[in-house]
Amino acid sequence: MSNIPAGLKYTKDHEWAKADGKKVKVGITAFAVEQLGDITLVNLDVKVGDEVAEGKAFGTIESVKTLSDLFAPIDGKIVEINGALDGKPELVNEDCYGGGWMVVIEAKDEAAIAALMDEKTYEAHVKASAH
Amino acid sequence: MSDTALRRTPLHDRHVRAGGRIVPFAGWEMPVQYKGIVDEHQAVRTACGVFDVSHMGELELSGEYAAQVVDYLITNDASKLVDGQALYTCACKEDGGILDDLIIYRAAQDRWMIVCNASNHEKMAAHFKKAAENHCEFKDRSDETALIALQGPKAFEVLDRAGADAAKLRELKSFHFRDAVVANIRCTVARTGYTGEDGVEIFCAWNDAPALWDQLMELGSSLGIKPAGLGARDTLRLEARLSLYGNDIDETTNPLEAGLGWVVKLDKAQFLGKEALAAIKQKPLPRKLVGFEVTGRGIARHGYPLRDASGKEIGICTSGSPGPTVGKNIGLGYLPAEMSAIGTTFLVDCRGKNVDAVVVKTPFYKRSV
Repeated sequence: MSNIPAGLKYTKDHEWAKADGKKVKVGITAFAVEQLGDITLVNLDVKVGDEVAEGKAFGTIESVKTLSDLFAPIDGKIVEINGALDGKPELVNEDCYGGGWMVVIEAKDEAAIAALMDEKTYEAHVKASAH
Repeated sequence: MSDTALRRTPLHDRHVRAGGRIVPFAGWEMPVQYKGIVDEHQAVRTACGVFDVSHMGELELSGEYAAQVVDYLITNDASKLVDGQALYTCACKEDGGILDDLIIYRAAQDRWMIVCNASNHEKMAAHFKKAAENHCEFKDRSDETALIALQGPKAFEVLDRAGADAAKLRELKSFHFRDAVVANIRCTVARTGYTGEDGVEIFCAWNDAPALWDQLMELGSSLGIKPAGLGARDTLRLEARLSLYGNDIDETTNPLEAGLGWVVKLDKAQFLGKEALAAIKQKPLPRKLVGFEVTGRGIARHGYPLRDASGKEIGICTSGSPGPTVGKNIGLGYLPAEMSAIGTTFLVDCRGKNVDAVVVKTPFYKRSV
């Protein structure tokens, strides 16, 4: 079973969200990383100040074999971007819950954060999508 | 195709046990990767990798006129082969479109084997069977034949450890094959491959494949041998600029524009597609398959449009991925002939984003001999 840290929130598209008040740091889960394999390019199609909408793509992530969209877990505004991924996309492989984070979104509505999956629900979701 | 059950090779449980991620491919369940594509790719470039390619089709034509039947169906010249020699070729339709790319093997003047792509197996079996009617014997050996590719600079070191026939195998020249006993298993070993590395492809009986696989893995373990999946097979062949049927070539493309003119022998008396290909050769080619490097930020993928500086669509990407050994994002695609010269710049439309690319010399990777 892939690593699913407690205390984070999760989406069905395998993003994690770590809330600090209204600010939510977003990345992709270990399960997503395993599915993608060697990550070679992270394209964040947003800049600080851009609005993002829940379930809408804010970028793409590419491995040797495939391309996958990155979806915003909540409505809000981009307040920070992980520029390190530009030159080192492998950070996502190495440390997806740490140095491989992608953006920080300031939530429009804090209730939307609470409504995301907790680790137990997400674990069940991963089990279902692994088959 | 989607309704029919997927088939499994005799090595299926080996793949699962090695942690292979199994995906549907051309009607088969095949491992796309084990530990990771880049890792497997590097193993083949620097040590040795083992691929299960038992899904490929093996067709046998035998009898007095087998050579003529084979030669009529292919664009390359089978008449120049000696016993124990193999040849890469296309098989074309009447209009010059490519039915499949093949390796043909002359076991004897009256016994030939044809290896075709899994995705074209049914089509090519029917094609050869029909041509053989009333002329020679046709037998589809695919169900009884497994195929394991052992590729990389240490492939022959692995074979050295696999028994008494090792010395004979070392003497095999490129695109030659022979019967041999490998790890106590009767095989046919060909010095061919699809990776740009030295190595062999080993045919054996379906039921012998698991034992052969296990022994190769064990004999090669101290040499860094690794199982390699379809993902690495694709990045390796792309760096070596080997065509992938269904991506770079298909029935709507001809060998001349695909850079496969070297396997079209128009001086042959006759072969299927000759007239059409001769007519195509009379005129300048409208488009050519070229190799390119993505210099901007993006990875080209199969099906992405290629555009000129003004944004006009001028061609299509047929293969693309990061090249782990060359360290660049590379691809193949059809461009108008006037834009096919090395150094020509154009754009790859990566899902709405136009990214800079440049035509480069191929192969992207060539091993040092």
